[in-house]
Amino acid sequence: MQIVVNGEPTRTGAQTLGELCAALGFSDAKVATAVNGNFVAKRNRDDIRLAENDSIEIVTPRQGG
Amino acid sequence: MTLKLYGEQVSTHLFLGTASYPSPQLLRDAVEASGAEIVTVSLRRESAKQRAGQRFWELIKELGVRVLPNTAGCYSVKEAVTTAQMARELFDTDWLKLEVIANPDTLQPDLFGLVEAARILVKDGFKVFPYTTEDLGAGERLIEAGCELLMPWGAPIGSGQGLANPNALKSMRAYFPGIPLVIDAGIGAPSHAAQAMELGYDAILLNTAVAKAENPAQMALAFAKAIEAGQLAFQAGLIEPRDMATPSTPVAGTPFFKLDNAS
Repeated sequence: MQIVVNGEPTRTGAQTLGELCAALGFSDAKVATAVNGNFVAKRNRDDIRLAENDSIEIVTPRQGG
Repeated sequence: MTLKLYGEQVSTHLFLGTASYPSPQLLRDAVEASGAEIVTVSLRRESAKQRAGQRFWELIKELGVRVLPNTAGCYSVKEAVTTAQMARELFDTDWLKLEVIANPDTLQPDLFGLVEAARILVKDGFKVFPYTTEDLGAGERLIEAGCELLMPWGAPIGSGQGLANPNALKSMRAYFPGIPLVIDAGIGAPSHAAQAMELGYDAILLNTAVAKAENPAQMALAFAKAIEAGQLAFQAGLIEPRDMATPSTPVAGTPFFKLDNAS
């Protein structure tokens, strides 16, 4: 299906947010996630089923002021 | 003197931002030279290829300092709340520097959004450090919402102008005597930081003035000393300025003294 990951249109076969994170190589990475503007905790990623046109944010620590 | 933030003691009154340093090593040197126990951090989209966030996180862990995540770049309550929730999981802290920005040119806080987001986040268990202005009404609303400290701007973020409105900051200090007040943003030189501390502010949060200095570590040290000097001066009690001169050397017993000279 077609979704948007960090602003980029992306095709994926992943059915859940957990599968998507794994497919993108973030399984062991320190990331936090949101789907369609709502936070999804790490423990819930496998329960969140993706749908066409979902907008996903995957973020990590970064420098800040 | 120690500073208490949400029940926790910190002994340095300088919070340092981690952005815009020329290299990770210069960031590390600056944090160490500043003596800061709290550094601000953020979160951004991660690229699966670059993994920049993982490397930055390793550096922060090595520094052994406490992190204060921000919601920089959020223009709505919803964005700020979701960013805060992601930051809490990512950094494993309920401390949050809450920014809800009104305008990209001035980066001034949207006070209405700020208060609304603070209410939501305090209810959700966050310890909110709100980036606000000198506005006293907004400060009251933030405290009502559950904020235990306020962080008014000195001047627009990154501008280095110093305290644009010292009279309003003085009023704010007098209006909230028991609330920790931190100057956040706009500081350009150590003298600006000293001035804020002389007004009785509790701490200074700065980033650009150190990160973009030719020698960030030395500038961080200069700020640490200025902040300490300003704090000592405030505690010592500054004199009130006067319009006219007043002799500091005793007048009585002046050689060649005539009454006409004393008037």
